[in-house]
Amino acid sequence: MGTKSPLTGGIKESNVGGTIAGIMAKLGVKALIIEGIPEDDSTFYHIHVTKDSVMIEAVPELVGKNNYFVLDAMEEKYNKKVAVMTIGRPGDMKMLISNISVRDPKGKLRSYGRGGVGAVMGSKKIKCITVDAEKYKEVTYAAPEKFKEASKVFTKALQENPVSGEGLPSFGTNVLVNIINEAGGLPSHNFRSGNSENAEAICGETMAENIKERGGSTTHGCHPGCIIQCSQTYNDEAGEYLTSGFEYEMIWAFGANFGISDLDQIAKIDALMDDLGVDAIETGVTFGVAVDAGLIEFGDGKRAFEILEKEVANGTPLGRIIGGAAGNLGKLYGLVRVPVVKNQSIPAYEPRAIKGQGITYVTSPMGADHTAGYAVATNILNSGGHIDPLKKEGQVELSRNLQIASAAVDSTGMCIFVAFPALDDPKCLPALIDMINARFGTNLNEDDVTNLGKNILKAEHEFNLKAGLTSADDRVPEFMKYETLPPTNAIWDFTNAEIDEFWNF
Amino acid sequence: MEEMINITIKLFAQYREGKFKVEKRSYIKNSTIKNVLDDIGLDLGKHPIGILMVAGRHAEEEYVLQNEQVLAIFPKVGGG
Repeated sequence: MGTKSPLTGGIKESNVGGTIAGIMAKLGVKALIIEGIPEDDSTFYHIHVTKDSVMIEAVPELVGKNNYFVLDAMEEKYNKKVAVMTIGRPGDMKMLISNISVRDPKGKLRSYGRGGVGAVMGSKKIKCITVDAEKYKEVTYAAPEKFKEASKVFTKALQENPVSGEGLPSFGTNVLVNIINEAGGLPSHNFRSGNSENAEAICGETMAENIKERGGSTTHGCHPGCIIQCSQTYNDEAGEYLTSGFEYEMIWAFGANFGISDLDQIAKIDALMDDLGVDAIETGVTFGVAVDAGLIEFGDGKRAFEILEKEVANGTPLGRIIGGAAGNLGKLYGLVRVPVVKNQSIPAYEPRAIKGQGITYVTSPMGADHTAGYAVATNILNSGGHIDPLKKEGQVELSRNLQIASAAVDSTGMCIFVAFPALDDPKCLPALIDMINARFGTNLNEDDVTNLGKNILKAEHEFNLKAGLTSADDRVPEFMKYETLPPTNAIWDFTNAEIDEFWNF
Repeated sequence: MEEMINITIKLFAQYREGKFKVEKRSYIKNSTIKNVLDDIGLDLGKHPIGILMVAGRHAEEEYVLQNEQVLAIFPKVGGG
């Protein structure tokens, strides 16, 4: 989805799993564009899309309800397969930590995250969007045989890659806790250190052990047809369901950065945040800053849960302060240790110790976004070669190339994890291009796709400049320039000119 | 008697299966990471080496280990 972000003031694109995209494709709907706000803004509305029509109706009964209530109501109204996009109460209240949630194949939720996209939906008074999953035609292919052939090559590339084929389905994205911690790049205690004392307690290996002992599942596809299955179902000690889609960013934000050492407690918060529809990174980093503001103690998961459940959900003054996200909380309390770029919270990779990723944070038109150009791959994970994470050399070029490629791959609707086989297997990306050509009857080549990525990135940058952002917004928070990060003692040492060189392409 | 060095070895992801999380072992001075890998006997056919780190910095198999260093061994991992 795309919008202007109320958090960053710039452009925002966000991607999600779930069932809605596939169903829209089957309906032949390429995009749903929603402009303006309703004249009668005294209530919220529900938009229902079918093959032949779009229906808009007031849903006063859903006002003030959270995501699972809306999901249940829609499943009852239509059928179990109906695609649902929804916002919870924080989205109704236009909070900057709010996401748009999407129903997944098991009836749980995935999120369009970052940038306060839920607030945008709330501002338009749209409580939910549903897409009919019964009366549609199947997707047609310009060259079905060619598509099948290319799809086989692409599938094989994903399945044979050790990351997308083995690591992710075994340990989930949370496999990253240990390696990022070892590299000294796991932001902890509101970005005071690159190591966390909680790493072993919250890591992917521990999570996988718990799942093995308690039941649940290490594999789960967030959308139909997924062949990576990085998601999971996580149960408590009694074997009762706690949460699903339990991701690295969530576990890092509440485990390392906010300091909760109990994985189950983080899982409970995750489930609550799914229901409320608030962003894992933005909310977790906000709690880290809230500690410095004196609002809560590090590691007090019980209180964090309470604040989310009672204050944020009800829009109390404290709830609004947390819901206003880390950058604004920092300003309210006069803090300088506020880890944001373009007012958006920095994700689970310390820019001082993983410098290529830092370049992505500062230059991405999205604000601090790890998915826009995942330099961690080459800085830490030895995917696409290796560039020393602590040195400046090669990082701007690395981030630029990754951001161009990511913009192109994102626009195909593919999952970000395609990047791992794409970086290491020369057959992967050409097969994806062949699939696009076979589906639409186009004749794209690799240069076309690279140019597509370049054009997207430049258009996004242009949008931001016209929205009033400048190169002064392409910077890390100042404390990272004078405060070293243990244990590597790394510092942010790029000059402004070195950063601005990014846009010379 | 040959001079020995102590190395703390950390294993991650699939490498922990049937092995250990962290262990301290002694090796002859001038041992390389490769010597340690041979000693541990990981199933590298099934899960090839992804990332090696000594004291939190990336290293190659030929790296000569020093006394009391920490060696972290990862298969290829990733996420986001």
